[in-house]
Amino acid sequence: MNKILVGMGTCGISAGADKVWKYLQAEVREKQLEQEIQLEKTGCIGMCYREPLVEVKLDDGTSKIYGQVDLLKAKEILYDVALDGKDRNQWIVYDYKQKGDVSFFSKQVRIVLRNCGLINPESIDDYIDHQGYQALETVLFDYSPTEVIDTVLDSGLRGRGGGGFPTGRKWMFTYQSPGENKYIICNADEGDPGAFMDRSVLEGDPHSVIEGILICAYAVGADQGYIYVRAEYPQAIQRLKVAINQALERGYLGYNILDSGFTFHLKIKEGAGAFVCGEETALMKSIEGERGMPRVRPPFPAVKGLWGKPTNINNVETYANVPWIILNGPEKFSQYGTERSKGTKVFALAGKINRSGLVEVPMGITIKEIIYEVGGGLKQGKKFKAVQMGGPSGGCIPAQLEDTSIDYDEIIKTGAIMGSGGMVVMDEDSCMVDVAKYFLTFTQAESCGKCTFCRIGTKRMLEILTRITEGEGKLEDIDLLIDLSEKIKSSSLCGLGQTAPNPVLTTLKYFRDEYEAHIVEKRCPAGVCKALITYRIDPDKCIGCTICAKNCPVDAITGEVKQVHKIDNHKCIACGKCYLVCPRDAIIKE
Amino acid sequence: MKTTPSKKKFKVDLINLKSQQGSLIKLLQSAQETYGYIPEPAIYNISELVGISPAEIYGVITFYSQFRLKPLGKYVIKICEGTACHVNGAREILRAIKNELGIGIDETTDDGLFTMLSVACLGCCSLSPVIMINDKTYGKLTPEKIRSILREYK
Repeated sequence: MNKILVGMGTCGISAGADKVWKYLQAEVREKQLEQEIQLEKTGCIGMCYREPLVEVKLDDGTSKIYGQVDLLKAKEILYDVALDGKDRNQWIVYDYKQKGDVSFFSKQVRIVLRNCGLINPESIDDYIDHQGYQALETVLFDYSPTEVIDTVLDSGLRGRGGGGFPTGRKWMFTYQSPGENKYIICNADEGDPGAFMDRSVLEGDPHSVIEGILICAYAVGADQGYIYVRAEYPQAIQRLKVAINQALERGYLGYNILDSGFTFHLKIKEGAGAFVCGEETALMKSIEGERGMPRVRPPFPAVKGLWGKPTNINNVETYANVPWIILNGPEKFSQYGTERSKGTKVFALAGKINRSGLVEVPMGITIKEIIYEVGGGLKQGKKFKAVQMGGPSGGCIPAQLEDTSIDYDEIIKTGAIMGSGGMVVMDEDSCMVDVAKYFLTFTQAESCGKCTFCRIGTKRMLEILTRITEGEGKLEDIDLLIDLSEKIKSSSLCGLGQTAPNPVLTTLKYFRDEYEAHIVEKRCPAGVCKALITYRIDPDKCIGCTICAKNCPVDAITGEVKQVHKIDNHKCIACGKCYLVCPRDAIIKE
Repeated sequence: MKTTPSKKKFKVDLINLKSQQGSLIKLLQSAQETYGYIPEPAIYNISELVGISPAEIYGVITFYSQFRLKPLGKYVIKICEGTACHVNGAREILRAIKNELGIGIDETTDDGLFTMLSVACLGCCSLSPVIMINDKTYGKLTPEKIRSILREYK
């Protein structure tokens, strides 16, 4: 039967996929097309820039994805393409016979995202048809716990949450820890602004995460687990609930799983909104119902974790890798990547890039390849300036280092970190001082307040950055920023504080001239910092159309029809509205 | 954060969860789901049943950004301040909302219709700048677009 799949991730839904879905569903029901068309939901295939996406799979084996589908397109896709087999080639964004945005997929290797966008995330049968729970079965009946751990060790998998600690070693520690009750935690508190990898995996393929957790539980000897998900991801929570119930019904979860004697219970814990809870000890405090504040390590969670019991914590992406490694063997996994970073990494591409979306690339690929080949280059052909990796804990990697390869250790050398996978691309219109200030605003607000330097130091740093962007900076401020950064790094307990200065340090390292332009010349080279920009009208270009004056929110622009207009800079609030509306590009931003 | 009319849910949860380890956050979430915010009496209710002091509960409430001690407007606008939204002009959107409704972040309009909150990242970075009104996400916004969206709600 011909099949229509609608991409129903959060991105898709907010772009209008729910309307398309409802329309198709109603149409199929009303016109009684159930015998001819099978309608399914699916997760995110990663082409967020083309959402809403609809895929049509025909009986002849062809499969094509149509992009930016609205109701009119949906109607034609249903009747002309799916029922009549006609062409709508102009809307195709990807054809599995290699047409459309081929380069978006050709450099990708999909291990974690193997099922995302292909299967219906709300159907356990669909997952089982795609080798789902086979790895669990293999492990339960053919592997001893240490054999599982050895397999993960051999694969070279490292924690995908940011730190990059070898996963197999982590499991070994928990395994070796004495104790009756052990816990598994899946960290889905994806808090980095600009990151949506874990959300997409949970929305697109929740069973793969559950299966990974189960395999880990068997290996380390745990009987209970939690998935800690941010409350901002209602769709992901919903899909996980459905998946857990299905797994319970089929005997993949609960008592005596598949009659193997292995028992495991899994619960969802909704986070209540605190970035610091992404840190493992803070996360455990939060599950215990308290303020999520980190504590000193050691003891590590593997020894003393949740409720004082040995606990293994990994993030969503790490667990999603595990079933694939078991099924395909550790050698196949470690053939991808570099010497010390194996496998693939999922990135959320966003910012000033043409194809923003979710991509999974083999480790070792360069930043340049991701941006230009997978991501299709920068919007409006602008110049690539920097890419921000690792969120508030990471840093900005400048264009001159675009040949840096995706490898935990190589990225650390630049001053950024691999992080969980957020990749925000910036062009010449992005002010690096402003970006640093942005991240400091974030970490300053999210600091839990336990360590003095993190609590107060970030506040002082933010004040300094604010005055620089307002044209009140002094040259000594740069040294003061560096000094404070070093102190915050060395005297904070957890990752939040230890990495909070990274965005400032990397921008200072690579874009010191921009800081100096703000301080010395009182100028923002990118034209972002409002206090440092003035607008004026080029008398040679102005035709006196009055559009700017009509749009000015504070009536700062005066002039008669067909006469050259003028901006009163005392009144002007530098909102930039006139700059955007002028049909003759007569407004000059300085 | 929808307000459900049934006040029973919180009461039921209180009874079911009181003996469960670490249920404080869950109870607070239940109270907020029921009332739209956490009313003072709810804090005392929880305190009595779970045996945690009101001061400690207050500490947990103020630690997490999800919890509110004041009622919210009918429509809750969450403005995304994620990185991608930031570089794609979230500030212009914020200013447009401020101009249109006369409220800033964490404020509610006098008629009780709108509350504006800021969130770190809604995870729809490819649609930036993004806002959410109640459970609906709006993407690729411009100041004009947001003005006409808000007028639909008025």
